[in-house]
Amino acid sequence: MSQGHILDEDVIAQLHAGPAGNVIEAIDIRRRYGANEVLRGVSFGIRRGEVKAILGPSGSGKSTLLRCLALLEPLDGGEVHLDGQRVGARQGRDGRLVPLGESELAAQRADIGMVFQRFNLFPHLSALGNVMIGLTEVRKVPPAEARGIADRMLERVGLGHRRDHFPSELSGGQQQRVAIARALVMKPKVMLFDEPTSALDPELVGEVLRVMEELAREGMTMVVVTHEIGFARDVASQVLMMDEGQIIEDGPPDEFFASPKQERTKRFLDAVR
Amino acid sequence: MHFDVGIFLGALTSKALREAIPVTISLAVTSFVIGVIIGLLVALARSSRFRVVRYLGWTYVWFFRAIPTIILLFFVWNALPELVPALAGPGFMPFYAAVIGLSVNEAAYAAEIIRGGLLSVDDGQRQAARALGMRPAAVFRRVVAPQVIRVVIPPMANDFITLLKLTSLAYAVSLREILTVTQTQIAQTFRHVEWYSAAAVYFIVLVSIFTVGQAWLERRFVWTSAARSGSGGGMLRGFGGGMAR
Ligand SMILES: Nc1ncnc2c1ncn2[C@@H]1O[C@H](COP(=O)(O)OP(=O)(O)O)[C@@H](O)[C@H]1O
Ligand SMILES: [Mg+2]
Repeated sequence: MSQGHILDEDVIAQLHAGPAGNVIEAIDIRRRYGANEVLRGVSFGIRRGEVKAILGPSGSGKSTLLRCLALLEPLDGGEVHLDGQRVGARQGRDGRLVPLGESELAAQRADIGMVFQRFNLFPHLSALGNVMIGLTEVRKVPPAEARGIADRMLERVGLGHRRDHFPSELSGGQQQRVAIARALVMKPKVMLFDEPTSALDPELVGEVLRVMEELAREGMTMVVVTHEIGFARDVASQVLMMDEGQIIEDGPPDEFFASPKQERTKRFLDAVR
Repeated sequence: MHFDVGIFLGALTSKALREAIPVTISLAVTSFVIGVIIGLLVALARSSRFRVVRYLGWTYVWFFRAIPTIILLFFVWNALPELVPALAGPGFMPFYAAVIGLSVNEAAYAAEIIRGGLLSVDDGQRQAARALGMRPAAVFRRVVAPQVIRVVIPPMANDFITLLKLTSLAYAVSLREILTVTQTQIAQTFRHVEWYSAAAVYFIVLVSIFTVGQAWLERRFVWTSAARSGSGGGMLRGFGGGMAR
């Protein structure tokens, strides 16, 4: 795997030097599908370099929460702030919040990295093509330069030798590392991971977690939905427990795992451990 | 009467049939291109957020799929000029009438194929593209379209072959395509066997050439590193899967 850093020195410097306060903040986020209230007022903030692990049973709204933070879905209530600025919506003339149009949202999404449970690599592009496309299409980096950046990033996640392979020719662990590289070259302010290792064979989990650990070490701000208790305990600065669309418990990992306060959390931890 | 090889070869190499080929091909290609463009719009309409637009798309497919193509052609050629006086002049040539009739018909079928193609693209693909910050047009052009094209090539190729054969219905509007020319020659020579055979041979050759083209196109959309290093680029490179534009 990677010797040295995954992120560029200047990116790391920027990560440490950004404005004080929360990098990303959820304020009373609500989201429902029809009559199904999936998020019922979720609030939390993440400071620079913090890693938040989110645990919770299936269907508790973890993926929906990340999609809302990534501005992929409109909110039914609440706000998302990025570096202290409200994103995803603006104040309408009547004072109510109205969602921004897709084009405006697109520009804001570019600063938020998202990694999906099922990788969602583009099957018609090589590993290099997948990592380049955000640079050329969104950041408007000239192709030759984008290729160099993408190449270096693939190298750092340990996939330099796979740059010309297509997703169908890569293992799950390799695909997920390409997906992480695809998000990282955009120089996001925060990385959101939605169960990044849940779709992987057990022997491939480690290679993805190692990349994420290294990112955390270099100061990347991260929100990680995961069932990997070991990762949450060793890497996260804060662990949240979600249930039925709400955060029912949070705390630093040693406390959270040693003495969970909620009965629901205890039962969940017993089930996954 | 028996099969006269000499007359058959004469028919095969006749100026009349040779001149019908470009008419048939340009009619098929023009109708196909226009049909696919209308079909794409209809398919997008059918997956619109707005219910009224979805119904309009559905109605188009329902309506034009129900009408026999030859009735459509007769209607465009004979009835439409009565309804639209602007079309009554000599400028409204058989070729235009045939293109209108065949393309609105083709669009109904293309719309269904493209809709299937759009549905086949996993929603995670659009989500990943949007999460990167791509605008809607880029999401469609760089992520959705290549994947749709790959799945629609076989049914679309099939559809094109059907359309190629449907061009002989332009006989109904006296367009000088393969069948019309053949009928004219038979009226003069009374050699049914040789002339119909010659016409059939032309279609077999056209469809065969096209089938080779289809295989070539399908190879462009095999997304593996081996297939990529084997193909030396070309016009579909950026679309079929190359890295840069
Ligand atoms: N796009 C959607 N449309 C309708 N219901 C959805 C959608 N996405 C998620 N849900 C519902 O929201 C609830 C929470 O889902 P999800 O956020 O995926 O939970 P988790 O990731 O914690 O398993 C589930 O009941 C699910 O069925
Ligand atoms: Mg989930």
